[in-house]
Amino acid sequence: MFGPSGCGKSTLLSAIAGVVDVSPEAILVANNDVGALNGGARDRFRVDHIGIIFQVFNLIPWLSALENVLLPCTFSKRRLARAGEDPAKTARNLLDELGLSDTSLLCKPASELSVGQQQRVAAARALIGKPDLILADEPTSALDEAAKAAFVGLLARECVEAGSALLFVSHDRSLEHHFDRSVDFVALNGGAA
Amino acid sequence: MLGFSLRSLWNRRFVAGLTVLAISLSVALILGVERLRDGARDSFANSASGIDLIVAPRGNSVQILMATVFGVGGTGTGMTWDSFEWLEDRPEVAWAVPIQMGDNHRGYPVIGTVASYFEHLRHSGGQPLSLAAGTFLSGDGADAAVVGAEVAARFDYAPGAVIVNAHGAGEVSFDLHDDAPFTISGVLAPTGTAVDRMVFVTLEGFDALHAQEYAPAADPLDPAAMPTDDHDDHDGHDAHEDHGEHEGTEAKHSHEPDRINAVYVGLIDRTNVLGLQRAVNERASDALSAVLPAVALAELWGITGTAERAMRLMAWAVALAGMIGMVVMLSATLDTRRREFAILRSVGATPTRIFSLIVAEAAILTAAGLILGLVLLTVATFVTDPILSARFGMRLGLNVFGMREMATLFVIFWAGLLASLFPAARVYRMTLADGLSVRL
Repeated sequence: MFGPSGCGKSTLLSAIAGVVDVSPEAILVANNDVGALNGGARDRFRVDHIGIIFQVFNLIPWLSALENVLLPCTFSKRRLARAGEDPAKTARNLLDELGLSDTSLLCKPASELSVGQQQRVAAARALIGKPDLILADEPTSALDEAAKAAFVGLLARECVEAGSALLFVSHDRSLEHHFDRSVDFVALNGGAA
Repeated sequence: MLGFSLRSLWNRRFVAGLTVLAISLSVALILGVERLRDGARDSFANSASGIDLIVAPRGNSVQILMATVFGVGGTGTGMTWDSFEWLEDRPEVAWAVPIQMGDNHRGYPVIGTVASYFEHLRHSGGQPLSLAAGTFLSGDGADAAVVGAEVAARFDYAPGAVIVNAHGAGEVSFDLHDDAPFTISGVLAPTGTAVDRMVFVTLEGFDALHAQEYAPAADPLDPAAMPTDDHDDHDGHDAHEDHGEHEGTEAKHSHEPDRINAVYVGLIDRTNVLGLQRAVNERASDALSAVLPAVALAELWGITGTAERAMRLMAWAVALAGMIGMVVMLSATLDTRRREFAILRSVGATPTRIFSLIVAEAAILTAAGLILGLVLLTVATFVTDPILSARFGMRLGLNVFGMREMATLFVIFWAGLLASLFPAARVYRMTLADGLSVRL
């Protein structure tokens, strides 16, 4: 999904993630009516079914990279169950596939990682436990051109592997060819923006 | 959740450490003030136990109590030996022990008394005085001395050691009675009361010191002969002769000084104490006061009560400051942690969960403060106990926690949790409003 800044892309993501109130039957994610859920149920639904990658600052700075990846498993039984027998091992594999194989790096506090590394850790966190949907809110905007393409390629591949749908928001249309489908948010919104 | 909070605090360990320190200081202060107060009261009450009435030259009852039982300050001019005998002969009196004061041994009060002192005085809930080594004042040797446990420990005294006393109560005195040495006959077992800091000599020995002092040195080349020579001229001896016809008394008191400073009295029936007190106060020949130790203590606590309350108030004020410090610390970091909360929300943490994260952090800080405070208090007790016991004859002791201390800790802990509700509530509202994106 692409669109200019300030057109409401992030708000749509918040609505899908169940953070803002929406009316019932407006949003369906994995057969869950997000608008019909109450506060606590929405929080549970979010972690059970959705992985989220932000633009920047994705990680809890005082946890290690590995612990950051495992966060969804501590909050969701479903994610934990789907993360395999040893979630730590699954997390390591994910990080390895995303190009973070250095074990010394994984045990460092997340605040010591570079931005590119942080984004890849965030991608691993979104992917662990195979959620139904991954929301990526301009995760590449802090990366340079080469890293951008590499990151999106890796993310798309891992989503296929995990069987997760990926909703990738960006204003950068050069990334369009990585995706099956692209939506112009302005058009989607009926040209209201 | 607790592990999570711990990690989060560890990330801010410097500020968290300072917060814990502030809380721990307040805990140590609050409990310390209470213990000091209890220690003082116990030690005073223990010191005065076994005595039903203290009779001394007319004066303020608190002053009399302090001077006689604790060796702090002095009483008025002495009471006569006649008064002592009058007291001793009263039908309601079980025992009476004369006390002479005014000298010190290297800063520790010297008490002139009789052997029965050790028989009658009680400490710490009715225990009699016991010896660690040697014998009590045997009665015959005028130069015998019994020293308290602390005096013995401080100067490494053992039976057989020769000591010299000084006139006055100060620690530094140039007026040494070095021509009238005493030989230590016994060392008392520790009592935890003022007795530990006292040196006991016989009435005769006490008088011998002053006999020398009052008399001009007739023959400086022969100091050894002086005590006996002097004694013949001394008024005390006249008194002794005056009562020579009382055969019983004669046998009982090998030496009768002219004046004594106080008398400890034990009654046969304690209900007669007020009657005897009145009789003493009305005695015409001698201006005397009869002091009930318990009443005088109550009076003393009445005087110190204001200071106690002020100290307690201050201690609680410090606790309040510690709590405020914690709330400030938790609140100040909230803005920088908004991102953190948004991330936690994105991985499924409910606002309630984030609320409880803050409360858990406060609980950890407060609990750590309580524990560190107790450690500080224990260390401080270890360090100050010898000083307090040397200066004031009181022991704090490493006693286990009483119910009141537990209640205090409980109150502080809950106050900490309660205080954390403010920042936690702010976080709750903030995370609800922020959602996944942080609004700046």
